[in-house]
Amino acid sequence: MTTSNRTKTIKRGAIWGFIVLELIFFSVAGRFLSVSQTQFMDLDNMLLLLKQSAPIGIIALGMTVIMINGNIDLSVGAIFALCAIVMLDSQTWPIFAGLGELGVIPFAWGMALLTGMVLGAINGLIVWKTGVDAFIVTLGAMLGYRGLVFMYNGEQPTFLLNWTLVDMIESSLLGLEFPAIAFIVLTFLIWFLMTKTVHGRNAYAVGDNREAAVNAGIRVGPHMLWNFVLIGFLTALSSIVFYSASGSVNPNDGELYELWAITAVVLGGTKLTGGSGSVINTFGGVIAIQLLRKGLGHIGADTETVNLVIGLILIAVLFLDRQLNVKGKGELRT
Amino acid sequence: MAEERLNAIGKLLARQGILIAFVVFMIGFALLNDRFLAVDNVLGVVRSSAILGVMALGVTFVVISGNLDLSVGSMMSFSTIVVLDLHDKIGPELAIPAMFAMTMALGGFIGVLVGYFKLNSLIVTLGMLSAIHGLTLTYSGGKNMDIADKEGTWFSVIGQGSVLGVPVPIVVFLGLACLLAILLAKTPFGRKVYAVGGNGVAATFSGIRRPRVVLMTYLISSFCVAMAGLLQASRSMGSQNTVGQGLELEVLAAIILGGASLLGGSGTVFKTLIGVLILGFIQNGLLLVGLEFYVQYVVTWLIIILAVWLDIAAKRGRLLSPIA
Repeated sequence: MTTSNRTKTIKRGAIWGFIVLELIFFSVAGRFLSVSQTQFMDLDNMLLLLKQSAPIGIIALGMTVIMINGNIDLSVGAIFALCAIVMLDSQTWPIFAGLGELGVIPFAWGMALLTGMVLGAINGLIVWKTGVDAFIVTLGAMLGYRGLVFMYNGEQPTFLLNWTLVDMIESSLLGLEFPAIAFIVLTFLIWFLMTKTVHGRNAYAVGDNREAAVNAGIRVGPHMLWNFVLIGFLTALSSIVFYSASGSVNPNDGELYELWAITAVVLGGTKLTGGSGSVINTFGGVIAIQLLRKGLGHIGADTETVNLVIGLILIAVLFLDRQLNVKGKGELRT
Repeated sequence: MAEERLNAIGKLLARQGILIAFVVFMIGFALLNDRFLAVDNVLGVVRSSAILGVMALGVTFVVISGNLDLSVGSMMSFSTIVVLDLHDKIGPELAIPAMFAMTMALGGFIGVLVGYFKLNSLIVTLGMLSAIHGLTLTYSGGKNMDIADKEGTWFSVIGQGSVLGVPVPIVVFLGLACLLAILLAKTPFGRKVYAVGGNGVAATFSGIRRPRVVLMTYLISSFCVAMAGLLQASRSMGSQNTVGQGLELEVLAAIILGGASLLGGSGTVFKTLIGVLILGFIQNGLLLVGLEFYVQYVVTWLIIILAVWLDIAAKRGRLLSPIA
């Protein structure tokens, strides 16, 4: 009992230990190798890091919920791009004309959020009604939604710079810019949802044992539908945070975002099989990846090594997780 | 005995389901456009499907054994870049086997992790997707690869040549399909792959060395990826670092469309072949009818969902999922 508790604590703290290790390593290595004069552990640098990790991070929060639920969502990259296009394009729609640069913002954001929720709901409804595995449903949707992105505006990028919006996104509170604040607040909200509400408890129950959850009276279908709506909503938010300032979206944007989000969630210790995982640790996973990217850049490593290192770390994490797990739990030794 | 026959009939029906869909599509497009079934168009479609198809053949083994391989796309970029680079350095005769060895070493690494260390294949190959992409970029220094002397080498034959009027990629694709179909359907090894995917515990108890079988499936998969990389390299004689990006999911789409279950234990090389051809012909048919290329994404989405849904519905005997 005590050993299993200890392993649990180790596993729960692993991602934070890893972040501390990264910080120490890059600070020390940065002294000798860095090309720039700035310190790695600089406050501004860390705040910037938080801002940069927001787009993937917000999606990863939703992915955590979906994966705790025992599902997966591969279509978030395409949803991300489509929401961005809708947000930018809707500001030029005739119905919203006359609202002015400030007045149009809530409507544009509303349209983007609605788009995300509808796309998520389509996935959720298919998963619920057909019983097809979420992996296949969202794999198909990844292609289908990307097709919609292209159908919207062809292969042309969509531009729109609304300076009021840019100022709003780039305004800062206590040194934190809007994306970073959004990421932190959302992390807290989703953490609250998953640990303090009935919905959250149901999510763990469904992911742990779907049959048992059905028998316990949880309406599993609608429950999963809501989670897909949630990840659609969060993906739209992530898109808003990212594109409000940049104002330009290419039809290929968001490709591979699903894989980055899943990587962050898995680094945070959430199981693919569902039933366990923590939103706070996903936050850690996102930060760890971003630290690695920045850190490797700081010590002068090529950007290409980042992919290599993250891939190997992901495998190493899985390997260690395997070693830490108590063996022989109904499992065959071969 | 009766049950077994019923099972056989059910399997036959499942196989025909996808075939029927295929035939309906072909007839529909043929009616809409008379060029669709012209010999050069059909050859063109099969030829351009060959690269995706060759990869899908290998991944079929992995999927049947109950695992996934998301790394094939970036692995294909890797083999394309490596063979193009080595071509100018040590000549095509040595470059090709060297590239196969390097690609299969990567496949072997994944196979050991998934087979012997029993790590989750989705995450291992997700990690390898990223890692191999990094490896490719490090190898090439981020630059595009080109063969310097495009005229003075026989290397282009593999991707651009033809035998008796049939393009070499098609010959390679169909030849490999026959070979792997026999391996999967007619040999003890093939039966072991199904056993491991169908019920891994039972397979272990009946004396099948599961890790070794899993390792073999990844070796086959990486062999096919190397072949696809070779075709790609020889066809274009130059390449970007991201040539295979996203192919891993298209490969899976083709396999699912063919009717294999991602849970393992079902699927055949023939079904995958049909899945690949359906994807290829839909793409081509939609273009010939005059739609933009990206419409195929939406159509593919609908077809994948419908195909899998009907397959599942037939098995459980009702259309909608019983989940409340």
